[in-house]
Amino acid sequence: MKKILLIIQREYLTRVRKRSFVIMTILGPLLMAAIVVVPIYIATTTNELKQVAVIDETGLFTEKFKDSDNIRFHYLDTDIQSAKKTFTKSKDYALLYIPRTDVALPTNALLYAGTQVNINVKSYIRNVMSKRIEDLKLEAQLADLTRGDSTAIHLDDLLRSIKTSVDINTIKIGSNGEEEKSYTEVSMILSIFGSILIYFFIFMFGSQVMRGVIEEKTNRIVEVIVSSVKPFQLMMGKIIGVAMVGLTQFALWVVLTFIIITGVTASFSGKATAEMAQQQLTEQPAGGFDPGKVIHLPAETQPQGEVNEVMDALNSIDFPVMISSFLFFFLFGYLMYAALFAAIGGAVDSEADTQQFMLPLTAPLILSIILAQFIVQNPEGPLAFWLSIIPFTSPVVMMIRIPFGVPIYEVAISMVLLLLGFLATTWLAAKIYRTGILMYGKKVNYREIWKWIRQE
Amino acid sequence: MDLFSAIDITKQFTARKALDAVSIHVPEGTIFGLLGPNGAGKTTLIRIINQIFAPDAGELLFRGRKLQPADVEAIGYLPEERGLYKKMKVGEQALYLAQLKGLSRREAEKRLAHWFAKFEIMGWWNRKVEELSKGMQQKIQFIVTVIHEPRLLIFDEPFSGFDPINVNLLKEEILALKASGSTIIFSTHNMASVEELCDHIALINNARKILDGNVKAIKEHFATNTFEIWFDKTDRELGTLLPDSFQILAKEQDLSRQGARIRMPKDVTPNDLLSRLIPHIGIHSLNEIIPSMNDIFIKVVTEKEVTE
Repeated sequence: MKKILLIIQREYLTRVRKRSFVIMTILGPLLMAAIVVVPIYIATTTNELKQVAVIDETGLFTEKFKDSDNIRFHYLDTDIQSAKKTFTKSKDYALLYIPRTDVALPTNALLYAGTQVNINVKSYIRNVMSKRIEDLKLEAQLADLTRGDSTAIHLDDLLRSIKTSVDINTIKIGSNGEEEKSYTEVSMILSIFGSILIYFFIFMFGSQVMRGVIEEKTNRIVEVIVSSVKPFQLMMGKIIGVAMVGLTQFALWVVLTFIIITGVTASFSGKATAEMAQQQLTEQPAGGFDPGKVIHLPAETQPQGEVNEVMDALNSIDFPVMISSFLFFFLFGYLMYAALFAAIGGAVDSEADTQQFMLPLTAPLILSIILAQFIVQNPEGPLAFWLSIIPFTSPVVMMIRIPFGVPIYEVAISMVLLLLGFLATTWLAAKIYRTGILMYGKKVNYREIWKWIRQE
Repeated sequence: MDLFSAIDITKQFTARKALDAVSIHVPEGTIFGLLGPNGAGKTTLIRIINQIFAPDAGELLFRGRKLQPADVEAIGYLPEERGLYKKMKVGEQALYLAQLKGLSRREAEKRLAHWFAKFEIMGWWNRKVEELSKGMQQKIQFIVTVIHEPRLLIFDEPFSGFDPINVNLLKEEILALKASGSTIIFSTHNMASVEELCDHIALINNARKILDGNVKAIKEHFATNTFEIWFDKTDRELGTLLPDSFQILAKEQDLSRQGARIRMPKDVTPNDLLSRLIPHIGIHSLNEIIPSMNDIFIKVVTEKEVTE
């Protein structure tokens, strides 16, 4: 046990001291920040005129939607069914439907559109709605006060009680009128982003394990080491050491990305937003992610409203669940693949010989990232379900599904199978590895490897 | 007293048998040579002693009891395929390998300081291995093999890849280790070094042990009562002076002298030979031809192959 710790320590330290690790640590967050910041930038700079039809069953928002520079509103008197029918033929960009509510003030709205709804439009509508509802609440509170019903209300309580967040569900209407639930951009981005990150991490750190094994073989140090420790200890020590490098990198990326995003959004949309962003960031670890807690600053200027919207959406995501499931699926997905990467490294003499083994090993990973675009459209479908259960594809595919919400038992099955997959590949890989590392100058093929596996 | 014994070790790989009931006994404080052609099974046996492989059958005894996993810390192994991490610093690497052999960090630092001072290489401590010459790397490799002061040392083809200066240094160190009480197994097909260093040998060919014993005894056993004689040039035919039972194996001559190799029957002494020749020719020298380990090796291996 002491020896495996020594191995882990060496594997870890030699890697985090490398220049390439430092470079990756800096480049990664820049890239991630760009993914978050660029859409905001693009969203704020498009100024094509968009026409939005409004059906307001509550009657609370009559004349409240004011035209902006690039959004025009017009109210329809028809019911929602016929409006949907005529929508595809109209020139309208989107159809906003605020359904009647009997008791409470409306906090839900549906937005129909032919394409993904522009984040700009959605944010504008949301701001108008929440502002109007807050006004209404304030009026009601003030009315209570003047009647003297409620005594000694704190201003804080008052402000908290009127804070409102509005849910706008977007629904895509096809050209034939069929409806498809469309997810918020942020879930989508997170889902694609998380899965690409897992894909990338497994690939990157798996290959690091493989290269490490090949290095030990070509340096001819491996036999010196296995005269002190068991081959299995050497293999696991390397795999765990590299896993810790991966986790370190991930932790640094998360921290640096938040710092960069905060910095960029601050310089990009003024001091107020930065303060807000910072406030939200500091709030996150302590206060959880209750969307109701988010403070809505009055969105007078457009860019500020944009950032507000993104931050708002980010806050509505359950980050503890996202990050912990990311860590689980990264860690065990990596462990499962890394064992096989180590086996390949042990079997070959040089990196050039790895091709024939790499393709079948990485095929499930590549397949799941290719299918990601379909899975993201239909995250509850059978393809998504099965691929998120099968251990070889589950790390990537489950990450796609998680931002949209996955039943707990499906996640549990997937996790258990991944764990079993990890044990199975490690057992298999250890057999290949321990024979392979002591074979020099031999061209290895699948038949040869099969012999090693059967050998006791 | 044997420090290490392997009894009837058999190891089967899927395609071939690597060892077939091989036994060796290594007496404490001696140098034991493990000889044999390439692919005979030497390295497999050595890996079994190092517990890298487990044998299919047979028993391994170390210090009078069964060999145990913890015994790797009492064994030092310099494999034939050897090397170091190229990108790692010399000192750090030596510490790592020493700790893998069970030394505490502090103890490893102390002993390494001693060895580095002895080889006058303290200045290499913070250099990367790839910056060192091959010979320098071999020195480091040797140090990390012996750093934990193992009772049993195993060198597999230790001289391959060393330049002559380092070969000498290594020989001296091996003899010094023996003098300080270590037991050494070393595998080679460099027969000259076997004669120089080994007390006992075992010869393995085609997975079987075909010869073993004390080096001197083996050489005497294979001596053929052959002598080389040099004498003044003469017109007389050497064969006419000797009985038919004496074989003349080779003849040669230089400017003033003639030479010949003569194999005599078993019971004949060199005195008999001289008494027959002295009356007729002027003798310059007479030497017994003792078979080198090389000759014995070739003889035994080829004979075996013929009979099989």
